[in-house]
Amino acid sequence: MTESIKDRVAIVGMGCTKFGERWDMGVTDLMVEAAYEAYEDAGIEPKDIQAAWVGTWQEASAMSGMGLSGPLRIQYKPVTRIENMCATGTDAIRNASYAVAAGIYDIVLVVGAEKLKDTGFAGLPTTPPAFTPGVLPATTAPGLYAMLATRYFSRYGISPAEGKKMLAYIPVKSHHNGAMNPKAHFQREITMEQVLNAPIIAWPLGLFDCCGNSDGAAAAIIVRADMAKKFRPDPVYVKALQICCGPGEGPVRSDYDYTHVEEGYRAGMAAYAEAGIKNPRKEISMCEVHDAFSINEAVIMEDLQFCPRGRVKDDLEAGTFTLKGELPVQPDGGLKCFGHPVGATGVRMIYEMYKQLQGKAGPRQIKNPKLGLTENMGGYPAACVISCCIVGL
Amino acid sequence: MVGIKSYGAYIPWYRMDRQAFFNAWGGFPIPGERAIASFDEDSVTMAWEAGKDCLHKFDAKAVDGLYFATTTAPYKEKQGSAILATALDLSREIRIADFAGSLRAGAIALGCGFDAVKAGTSKNVLVVSADTRLGAPAGDLEQTFGDGAAALLLGKDGVIASIEDSYSIADDFSGVWRADGDAFVRSWEDRMVVEECYANILPEAISGLMKKCNLAAKDFSKVVFDAPPTDIRWRDRLAAKMGFNSGQVQDSFVMTVGNTGTALAMMILVSALEEAKPGDKIMFVSLGNGATAFLLEVTPAIEKIGVRRGIKGHLETKKVLTNYQTYLRWRGLVPITSAQRPEQPPTSISALSRNRKQVLGLYGVKCKNCGTPQYVVPVGAYGGSPARICVICQTKDKFEDYSFADKRGTVFSYTHDNLSPSPNPPATVVVVDFDGGGRGTFDLTDREADKVAGGMSVEMTFRKLYVDRGIHNYYWKAREIRF
Repeated sequence: MTESIKDRVAIVGMGCTKFGERWDMGVTDLMVEAAYEAYEDAGIEPKDIQAAWVGTWQEASAMSGMGLSGPLRIQYKPVTRIENMCATGTDAIRNASYAVAAGIYDIVLVVGAEKLKDTGFAGLPTTPPAFTPGVLPATTAPGLYAMLATRYFSRYGISPAEGKKMLAYIPVKSHHNGAMNPKAHFQREITMEQVLNAPIIAWPLGLFDCCGNSDGAAAAIIVRADMAKKFRPDPVYVKALQICCGPGEGPVRSDYDYTHVEEGYRAGMAAYAEAGIKNPRKEISMCEVHDAFSINEAVIMEDLQFCPRGRVKDDLEAGTFTLKGELPVQPDGGLKCFGHPVGATGVRMIYEMYKQLQGKAGPRQIKNPKLGLTENMGGYPAACVISCCIVGL
Repeated sequence: MVGIKSYGAYIPWYRMDRQAFFNAWGGFPIPGERAIASFDEDSVTMAWEAGKDCLHKFDAKAVDGLYFATTTAPYKEKQGSAILATALDLSREIRIADFAGSLRAGAIALGCGFDAVKAGTSKNVLVVSADTRLGAPAGDLEQTFGDGAAALLLGKDGVIASIEDSYSIADDFSGVWRADGDAFVRSWEDRMVVEECYANILPEAISGLMKKCNLAAKDFSKVVFDAPPTDIRWRDRLAAKMGFNSGQVQDSFVMTVGNTGTALAMMILVSALEEAKPGDKIMFVSLGNGATAFLLEVTPAIEKIGVRRGIKGHLETKKVLTNYQTYLRWRGLVPITSAQRPEQPPTSISALSRNRKQVLGLYGVKCKNCGTPQYVVPVGAYGGSPARICVICQTKDKFEDYSFADKRGTVFSYTHDNLSPSPNPPATVVVVDFDGGGRGTFDLTDREADKVAGGMSVEMTFRKLYVDRGIHNYYWKAREIRF
C-alpha cells in the first residue's frame, strides 16, 4: 500500500434522521435534517463547507451533485454524487476523505440519503438493469442471500432447523439494541419463537431474517486531522477506508463456494492492514455490518476473521456479539432495525460508531470502545462491492 | 428413398384432472386428464422440446430446413421458425417457414418437407408442430383440448419410415374456427361436425390414398388419424366405420392428453413409430379444411433409432393439477392483482438481438488460454456479454463458442423466493454447476418445491420469461431430469 488514510482526516460533526416510513418527508427534507444536525454538531455554518459528496442509489430526485446542492442551497461549490450500490454512503465518505487528505479541501460535507418508501411496494426496487436482455432469474434480494444460507447449512452439516435457529440469534440481538434507539425504524424486542415462526420470505430466510425498507439520511463533516481539535475535543479519526469491487466471478466460476464472500474478506483484510490491526477480534471494539439478511451478518463475522470458518454458530450461541458481549455487533440495531435506505446506510453506521466512541450512545453505550468497524455490502454474495471502514479515537 | 429419419415429441409435465373443470363450472364432465402448458410455455417452446427430442444424436447443423406448424403462434408478424432455428442451434443457411391456419398445418408442412427433400432442394428438413389452443371457460373444448408438440426429421439417408405416397383433398368446411381477434376456438354443433365433416372427409382421404396406391384396409399395420375437432370420444367409435379393426388403429392419448390441435396427428404418428417394426405399412391421415393421407413404410433402420422421450416417455412423466384457478392464471384468463413489486424495465430489441446467441442459444464461451467454459449473463455486474475478458485468467478476446444448452448440471444452491412475483409461487431459483465446467443461476421450472435440494441433476429447457409490449422474451430455465 502506497499511503494510508489512517489518522489523516477526522469526523467532527455528524447527523442522522429518524429512519422509518417517513411518509411526511421527501428525500430532500431528510437531507436537510441530517446535514443541519451535522453542521450544529460540528459547530459550523453551511458556508464553511468547501465541497460536498452525496451518496444516493436509485433516488431519481438526487441525480448528480445537484441532488444535494439544490435542497441545501449550497452556494456554487463542488458537489459530487456517488453511487456504489449498498456501499454508496461509505464510498461517499471515502471520496470526501481522500479529497481532504490530499489537501485540496479542509472542511467537507458528506450526505447519504435514500427514500425507498415512495415506491408503493415492499422490498428494494430492484429490477433487471434497463436496456439489457432482461433474462435474470426471478429472484429478489432475499432470494439471492437465501442461497448463501442453503449452501452454508449444507456445507457445514447444519440441518435447516438448526440453521434457522442459529440465524435467529442475530435479529433477536439486533432488535434488543434497536429497542433502545429512538432513531431506529423498529424499536421493539423480538423473541426466538417469533423469528422461527415468522412467514418465509425466501427459503430458508423468514421475515425477521430480512431487514426492513425505510427512508433516512445521515451526514458527516470531515476535516483535516490536524485541525480537528479546533472543532471539538473528541473528534473521531478515520483509520481505514476500503472498497473492494468484485470481478463478478461467483455467478460464473463453479469454485465459488457460496459460504463466504470474497469481496468482504478482502475489504476487511485491506482495512486491517491500513489501520495496522493484527488481531481483529481483540482490537476491534464494536461493529456495524451489513445485516440486510441474518445469514449475511453470520458470514461477515467469518469473512472479517472474528471467528473461524463454519464456526460463527459457537459465537452466536455464546452471545459474543450482543451489546454486553465480547464484540458487540449492530449496537444501534443494524439494518435489521433501521431498514436500509441504501445511500444512507453506510453513513448511518459510522454515525453509531462516532457516538459510541464519544460516549454518547445512551443506554446502548459500549464500555470504552477504541476502534469501530463498519462494513457494507452491495450486490449479492456471488458478485458484490464491499466497503470497510474503521474509525477510532 | 425419402422419409422420416427421426421423431420426437413433447407433452407438458402438467396435466389437469378434467374433474377440475366440472368442479368449477358444472356441466358435463369428461373423464381423464388433459395436458396444460406451464405458464412459461407456448407453442414455440413446446416445439423446441419436440425438436430437441427429435434431433437427439443427430447433427443439428446438418438440418437445412425447418418448418413450424401451429395455429397458436405467439406472433402474427415474426416467424416462430426463426426463433426455433436459433434456439435449436441450427445453421444460419437454412430454409424456414411457418405453417398455420388449419389443424392440418402439421401434415401440410410434412408434405412440403417431403417435396423439398424429394426435389433435392433440402437434405434434412425438420418439421415441428405444436399447439396451445384455448376453449372458452365452462365449455366442452376447454376440457377436450390439450397442449403438446411433435417433430419429424425428413431426409434421404438413414430413413426409418419412407413416405411412399400421399393423397390430399381440399374442403372449406370447418367445424371449428377462430377469426382474427378470437381468443377461443368456436365450433358448430358437435354431431354435425363429427358426422358430416370428420366421418366423411377423413374416410374420403383414406379411400383416396388406398385407391391411388392400390391397397386395401387389411394391408396396413397401423392407421394413424386425427381425433374429431370437437368431441374426442368419437375417434375410436368411428375407426370401425372406416374399415379398420381395432388392432390396426393406433391408440391415441386424447383422453389423457387432450386434442393437441395441429400437433395431434403427428404426435399419434410418433407414438406409432415408437412401436413400429420393419415392413410395417402405416397410414397417416390428418384432417383440417380437407385432409391429407400419407403411406409410410417402416424400414429396418427403425431398430437402430434408439430411445427417445417421445410420447411414451412424456406420458409417464406428469404432475396432475386439480386446481382450476391455476389453469386460469397460467393462461391469463382472469385479471390477477398486480404484484407489489417494481415493473420490468422496457425490453430492448437491440440488446436482445445483440445477445441472441447467449439468450436464445444459451451459448457461453471457452477460454482458449485456460480452457474454462463460462456462461455469462448479459449484465455488467456479472461480467457482461459477450464475454471479453476471461473470468479465470483475464486473457482478453481469446474465446471459442461453447454451448450450454445441451449440458446437464447439478444444483449447487437454491432458494424458494416468496417475494418474487411468479404465476406458480414460490419462484425457485438455482445455482447450476454444468457438467464439464461453467456455472449459471437460473429459474427452476416444472418443479416440486419440496423435492428441490442441492445435488439435484438438472437440464436446460427453453421457456418464455415474460411478454412486454408484444415482445415474447424467451430464455432458458433449469429443470429436474426426469427421463
